[in-house]
Amino acid sequence: MKKENLYDFFEAIKDFGTLWGPVKNGEKYSLEKINDYSKIDLTALRTKIPFKKLLLPPKMSMFSFDDKGVKENLDNLPRQVIFGLHPCDTHALMILDNFHTQHQPDPYYIERRKRTAIIQLSCIPDDKCFCKTTNTDHAETGFDVAFTELTDFFIVWIGSSLGDDMIRECPEIIDEHITTDDLEEYINWRKHRESSFKLDMDFSGMPSLMELYWDDELWGELGEKCLSCGSCTVVCPTCPCFNVIDEVNLKNTKGERMRKWDSCMFREYSMVAGGHNFREARADRLKLRFTHKLQAFVGEFGKPACVGCGRCIDICPVDIDIRTVAMRLKGEEVSV
Amino acid sequence: MMITSSEKNPYSAEPMRLIRRYPLNEDVHFFQVRAVNMDKALELQYNPGQFMMVSLPGFGEAPFSISSTPSRPGLLEFGIRRVGRMTNQIFKLKENHIFGVRGPYGNGFPIKKMEGHDLVIIMGGLGAVPLRSLLLYALDNRDRFGKIYLIHGAKNPEEMLFRQEFFHMMNRDDLHCFLTVDQDDTGEWPYDTGMVTRLIPRIKDIDPDNTYVTVCGPPVMYKYVVDEVLQLNVPKHLILMTLERRMKCGVGKCGHCIIGGYVYTCLEGPVFSYWDVIHMQGLI
Repeated sequence: MKKENLYDFFEAIKDFGTLWGPVKNGEKYSLEKINDYSKIDLTALRTKIPFKKLLLPPKMSMFSFDDKGVKENLDNLPRQVIFGLHPCDTHALMILDNFHTQHQPDPYYIERRKRTAIIQLSCIPDDKCFCKTTNTDHAETGFDVAFTELTDFFIVWIGSSLGDDMIRECPEIIDEHITTDDLEEYINWRKHRESSFKLDMDFSGMPSLMELYWDDELWGELGEKCLSCGSCTVVCPTCPCFNVIDEVNLKNTKGERMRKWDSCMFREYSMVAGGHNFREARADRLKLRFTHKLQAFVGEFGKPACVGCGRCIDICPVDIDIRTVAMRLKGEEVSV
Repeated sequence: MMITSSEKNPYSAEPMRLIRRYPLNEDVHFFQVRAVNMDKALELQYNPGQFMMVSLPGFGEAPFSISSTPSRPGLLEFGIRRVGRMTNQIFKLKENHIFGVRGPYGNGFPIKKMEGHDLVIIMGGLGAVPLRSLLLYALDNRDRFGKIYLIHGAKNPEEMLFRQEFFHMMNRDDLHCFLTVDQDDTGEWPYDTGMVTRLIPRIKDIDPDNTYVTVCGPPVMYKYVVDEVLQLNVPKHLILMTLERRMKCGVGKCGHCIIGGYVYTCLEGPVFSYWDVIHMQGLI
């Protein structure tokens, strides 16, 4: 598909739902509802808050209740098309899909996910990207449509029957004939992208290293530095933790059971009624987060829950960096 | 992505009626409830050691251990301590009030595996609530278990939960029952005084390799009790303890009860063996 046809494509798939895409917002990017296609910025690497906000809204109503009873809030959910997930995001999406469909499937995620189409966009990494380290630099599944951006055109990949439906809305702008020149350009692009990764490290061995370093002074050092602000969990595309809070009107006659994002970095996270706190120290809470990302998921899903998007590195006000933590665990003498 | 709807919202609670309540001590009350729908009441199956989420719209949801036994179907019993906003509200409820309960959640005790073994039940304070379920189950199915030892400790005579029930058990000849209080200011306490750990050496004639020991009590209790129990030569994987954590969902999603980064207490717990405790970092 020629680049100049991108807006025609968006126009053609209007019926698939509200379009969301990356928009420049100050010096960073945010994922916003698109009314004007020209606002979409194809160079955006990472939106501050990832796509998870559309599948797990920061604040969502689970139930409404009044004196007549309780009603679940799963109706009138919007159909949406999210444009611009990079391969790391697509991997994060697959992790969230997996997590919310196993054991007791979560209807609040599933009902939103069923109404959501995903259009992946290729990217060239910057100095905070480390998806090659987490082995999430390519995604062959998980999306409905994927675009690889080359000089004058996109290579269009179809990843699902929904994606196929979308492409069939605009056959006139899709050129099914791929030339050897096109292929050559794609292969060169891949080489260029490969060479853009600066960090030569992998996360293999992390589960056993995390176990061996359980009592290491590293966690104390990190705890001294951490502000417990929770930003890392807010921006993490695979962090799904939530709190449940009932909100009622002044007369206490009706209200809603709300689900709100929570963070394992917060002091109250593991505090039980009566005041006992299972993770009182910031070091313990940081250790929980890193164990969960680097060790836990490997046992459960065979790979870490970190997809190398670099958002937490970008946002952390005190520069705690999961890469240097991993390097320390691998025996390198770096300061955290 | 192929995602299909789940048939039922796992966060929907079943309406249940509070049918009986009375104080167990000043801060802990006994709540007996039954699903309003009789079929649902009889269908509910659970294991001793499992818990339910109790829902009070406007005040929230919280997990509570089940204190009744599945061998007496239809009724659910809880022992609830007044400790926060939610439980203060529960204490205001009167008989016939209808509220939401969902579950059961967690693994509970492996009762089928435990049958055929000797059983030692050690409870301290509020730990009596979940272990009462196991005890009543074992007594209701007395022929399926070997020797049964019960050690129950409380701070003082007034604090002891289910006092009358346990006083009765002292008279049974199919059960070794030891009751103890840390302190007796009344001067009328007829049984032991001192920590539960002091009573453990009185367990004499069990077959250690064929004995399940179950422990539940305040966090400080576990270490001392386990040290004593290991003296009896019971293997680590047969020492079971039920551990609590903060929980908001009960179904492995909200994250609060996670231990060591990967174990969800609400899915894989709250019953863990001592072997789990020593090989999973951060469990107690």
